[in-house]
Amino acid sequence: MGEWDEIIKEFLVESSENLDQLDQDFIELEKNPTSKELLGRIFRAIHTVKGTSGVLGFPKLESVAHVGENLLSMLRDGELQLDPELTSALLAMVDAIREILRSIEGSGVEGDGDYSALVERLTALKAARTESSQPTAAPSSVAAAEPAPRVGEILVKAAVAAPEQIEKAVTQQAKGDPRKLGEILVSEGAVKPRDVLDALQVQAESSSSVSSSSLRVDVNLLDKLMNLVGELVLARNQILQFTAGQADTTFLSTAQRLNLITTELQEGVMKTRMQPIGNLWNRLPRVVRDLAMGLGKKVRVEMDGSETELDKTILEAIKDPLTHIVRNAVDHGIELPVERTAAGKPEEGRLCLHAYHEGGQVNIEISDDGAGINVAKLKQKALEKGLITGEAAARMPERELLNLIFLPGFSTAQQVTNVSGRGVGMDVVKTNIEKIGGIVDLHSDTGQGTTIKIKIPLTLAIIPALIASSGGERFAIPQVSLLELVRLEGEQAARAIEKFHGAPVYRLRGNLLPLVYLNRELKVSNDQNARSGINIVVLQADGRQFGLVVDEINDTEEIVVKPLGKQLKGISCFAGATIMGDGRVALILDVMGIAQIANVVTEGHERALLDATTKHTDRALGQDSWLVFTVGGQRRMAIPLSMVSRLEELPANTLEHSGSDLVVQYRGQIMPLIDVAEKLNIRHRSEVPETLQVIVYTEAGHSVGLVVDQIVDIVEQAVEIEEKGAVAELQGSAVIQDKVTDLLNLGALVRGAATQEVK
Amino acid sequence: MAASQQFCSFFLDGMFFGVEVEKVQEVIRPQETTRVPLSPEVIGGLINLRGQIVTAVDLRKRLQLPERNAGNEPMNVVVRTEEGAVSLLVDEIGDVVEVEQQQFEPPPDTLHATTREMIRGAFKLNERLLLLLDTESVIKTG
Repeated sequence: MGEWDEIIKEFLVESSENLDQLDQDFIELEKNPTSKELLGRIFRAIHTVKGTSGVLGFPKLESVAHVGENLLSMLRDGELQLDPELTSALLAMVDAIREILRSIEGSGVEGDGDYSALVERLTALKAARTESSQPTAAPSSVAAAEPAPRVGEILVKAAVAAPEQIEKAVTQQAKGDPRKLGEILVSEGAVKPRDVLDALQVQAESSSSVSSSSLRVDVNLLDKLMNLVGELVLARNQILQFTAGQADTTFLSTAQRLNLITTELQEGVMKTRMQPIGNLWNRLPRVVRDLAMGLGKKVRVEMDGSETELDKTILEAIKDPLTHIVRNAVDHGIELPVERTAAGKPEEGRLCLHAYHEGGQVNIEISDDGAGINVAKLKQKALEKGLITGEAAARMPERELLNLIFLPGFSTAQQVTNVSGRGVGMDVVKTNIEKIGGIVDLHSDTGQGTTIKIKIPLTLAIIPALIASSGGERFAIPQVSLLELVRLEGEQAARAIEKFHGAPVYRLRGNLLPLVYLNRELKVSNDQNARSGINIVVLQADGRQFGLVVDEINDTEEIVVKPLGKQLKGISCFAGATIMGDGRVALILDVMGIAQIANVVTEGHERALLDATTKHTDRALGQDSWLVFTVGGQRRMAIPLSMVSRLEELPANTLEHSGSDLVVQYRGQIMPLIDVAEKLNIRHRSEVPETLQVIVYTEAGHSVGLVVDQIVDIVEQAVEIEEKGAVAELQGSAVIQDKVTDLLNLGALVRGAATQEVK
Repeated sequence: MAASQQFCSFFLDGMFFGVEVEKVQEVIRPQETTRVPLSPEVIGGLINLRGQIVTAVDLRKRLQLPERNAGNEPMNVVVRTEEGAVSLLVDEIGDVVEVEQQQFEPPPDTLHATTREMIRGAFKLNERLLLLLDTESVIKTG
């Protein structure tokens, strides 16, 4: 029985691969309905299923495949023309076959699905077509171009059956036995079923002549290999740590070689788990086609970069989100042909899938040329559902309004179709993508279409992480969420951390960064207030930044992610665990989870929304960060902090002249300096101070230094600008910190200087 | 029902416990454990079992027994469960004990309900009782 099971298993694997190919081929065929090659391939695939199912004794499967084969042979021979109705019926047949195969895989039997209706439908279609279109070619002239060798011949050649046995079976067939040759031989006991299958395989291969250099490997085996390599990486790390105290050169060089080989092996094994994203995309044209047909739309799918490779687990993780996005695009994005023509667009909508590698990550873009997202509708919906207030909605910029689509319970579909609009949509997409460390970004132009961009890591098994410790334990922080590290020393530390009604915050370049103390959140002992310095790990979760305060920052390391036991799955702060170089276990922090328990991001995103609105409110009133400085004695001036790239103190003796202009060598470049006081004709300085205060402003890769007297402060304040048109270099003035302050128009100032230089 | 069964035995607060031998993967010396913040009290931490990360359950805490004296490091009885390997932290390891089915008796009614789920009953040995631990319910800590 073992061999039999093996045969069935092989048949299932092979058939499911063939079926996936079939889906694609059918879609391709619709575009190119007379392609002999495609028709031939489809026919062969179905023929193989039919033949094998006959041998293995699956009558339902055989009958379904049989009617399909009949239709296909007529298509191949040019007796029938393919049309959408026919394609749908044939696709339904493929689905039926898939269903039966799944049932066989699960329970070993064909299941009790009734496919007689389908068989009738296919037969009726065939009958209808043959009546209406009289066969133009005589059946005899349409024999296959290159006949494949007969099964009998192959069997004889392989020396598993004697010619006489074949002869006998053929005679039996001629006498009216309806069974296939292979079936007869098996039932006579002349050959083993396996041999017949092998022969069928040979037959299929010789006619398709597809040679392949690949090998089918059990995924479990690959997973096991991956785990072992993970172990090896850990052992390697341990040995490398041990080498530090060793002087034996042989040992050191061996360790070094071990290190290199391990790295290469790791890369190699990781590669075996890589699969082209095309494997996933291949299903999509079929999805789009069915959907578009149902909705009366026309959609063409274009794919670019389908060879881009991704780790298998990631590929599986993005399968559903991707399908959902594609369905959404067809359902909501692309308009009906009538609407499209009215809008001056081609009748057929376009759905583009584009994938590419970038900086160790994979980007996937899904764009359509449909109606785009109707922001007004989106806003209205959000108001109806009470997700935002009217006031907030009015102030939100379009970009943020678009992001409303990612809120749970949101759907703009007017009608709930069976496709989408059940309110479990984009929020699930977003959560699922973020779960694997990815980012979703949405861009939409009304009338032009929508683009959704997904960024995901290549692999999840081994990731770079920052090792930090808190309360005496080490924790690994995945590098993807890491933005920067800030260390505050001694006295500075005490001053720099301020309280916002009890909540600790730190001013990071003028913005308040909420601080989360890891030891408090994890309720681990000794709040190390007495420490001389404070380490802040600036992290990003769900688009929001926060500073995680840890006791110590150790190092970055490649870690092997291991899952936590079921008992610990409920703790959202941890994404897993890893084994460190010294053999001890360290927990991997789930940045999103930490952000949630610390209320940096709240479950329903209300906080993020609220923040987005308040932030915007501020901007509407003109709130911004300003850099305040003095020029020409006591004249106060300000520029938006966002325009400042650095503040520098330059010794006066580093100044040089280029022509009549003052320049300085700055980071390997020659940076022109503009003396603001001189430019504005405000009182010339009597003497050049020893050090110059310079504000570095960078635009389009070029830096310009503004020489000022003194940097006063960075101010965050709502500012009402009073226009004052007299001098182009001044934008106007405002009251900042209760003092009248001129706002410098940097663009005009720099341009003025540039034109002068040209002159 | 004369079938005899083998149990891996261990001690907890002076009591004698047993787990079916076939459920025990291995018994190992005290291991360096990594605490898991925010986890239930009964979770003793995580240990590195030859590259596999295994959760350790503090059996004293789980069975609501007094805490182990500081300095007495617990032994690990690694058991196979439906949810993978789990280590049970115990005081001391005993022998493999062979018992007869007829020596078995279910727990008395006076046993507290919470511990009742975890102790299926006892084998009445000559000198003492061997309490039969139900590993599946012991590891359901969450």
